[in-house]
Amino acid sequence: MSDERRTGDDLLRRLLGPDEPELTCEACFEEIDRYVELELAQGPERADALLPGMSAHLEGCRACAEEHASLVALLHDDRPSAGR
Amino acid sequence: MPTSPPSSLHPSLDTESGAWLESLRADGPRREEAIARLHALLHRAARFEVARRRSSLPGWDGDDLDDLALQSADDALVAVLAKLDGFRGDSRFTTWAYKFALLEAAVKLRRRPWQGRELPLEPERWPQTADGAGSPHARTERAELLDAVREAIDEELTAHQREVLVAVALNEVPIDVLAERLGSTRGALYKTIHDARRKLRRRLEADGHAVAAPARSASR
Repeated sequence: MSDERRTGDDLLRRLLGPDEPELTCEACFEEIDRYVELELAQGPERADALLPGMSAHLEGCRACAEEHASLVALLHDDRPSAGR
Repeated sequence: MPTSPPSSLHPSLDTESGAWLESLRADGPRREEAIARLHALLHRAARFEVARRRSSLPGWDGDDLDDLALQSADDALVAVLAKLDGFRGDSRFTTWAYKFALLEAAVKLRRRPWQGRELPLEPERWPQTADGAGSPHARTERAELLDAVREAIDEELTAHQREVLVAVALNEVPIDVLAERLGSTRGALYKTIHDARRKLRRRLEADGHAVAAPARSASR
């Protein structure tokens, strides 16, 4: 996919958002620690099944998605295998 | 993910999380020591967030970033202690606490580049509708859909919905920055965006456009 095409599709995605029910930002923050631990322990499909609406919200809300990515990265960094 | 046996304090808490709660609810030196450990934990999370974003922050010196990380840890400590009774044990205590530090640091990092800048609330970067990639049919469909979205934004949204959606989704103003300027909250503005998106989808569907979400760019 070229940059130009990504620009058009990404813009449509940002403007139209996810086409499914999603959590609010407040509910996302409330549940994000549980969701990330479930993701890392049991996989994203299981986490999505147990916390419906989280994945859609992370697709639609860039700020919450950034903080989700940071928490995932931090927990990865905490693991003994991270070699710190 | 490491697991520990449940704490006696709360059946759903792992031992380490239970120990955190007990020590933070204790009196005297034991509590002070626990608060110091918690602050160190939050400071590490804030520094981690700063380091992750450092490449996107040209012109910031190390002292600025250290100060931001420390301030984030301080603010997160206040938030964690205030919400301690809200910790349900659905995750480890440290994971729960981390999210407060990451939030504080992320919000501060998003706000700093916009300090003193006017926010672009009008459409600035509508792409050329002759988006050059894909088959001719795909290009035409995409161009038509973008034109229809632009028209729906003008005709279906309230002035407030248009302003918020355009600023955040089109002009990439961070939602926390916009919330601060408008005296609102991230949650309230996201609700505005959510409602605006629903209006746009309804209009597009009514006009016969296929509005299946384009494939997301794999950021997760």
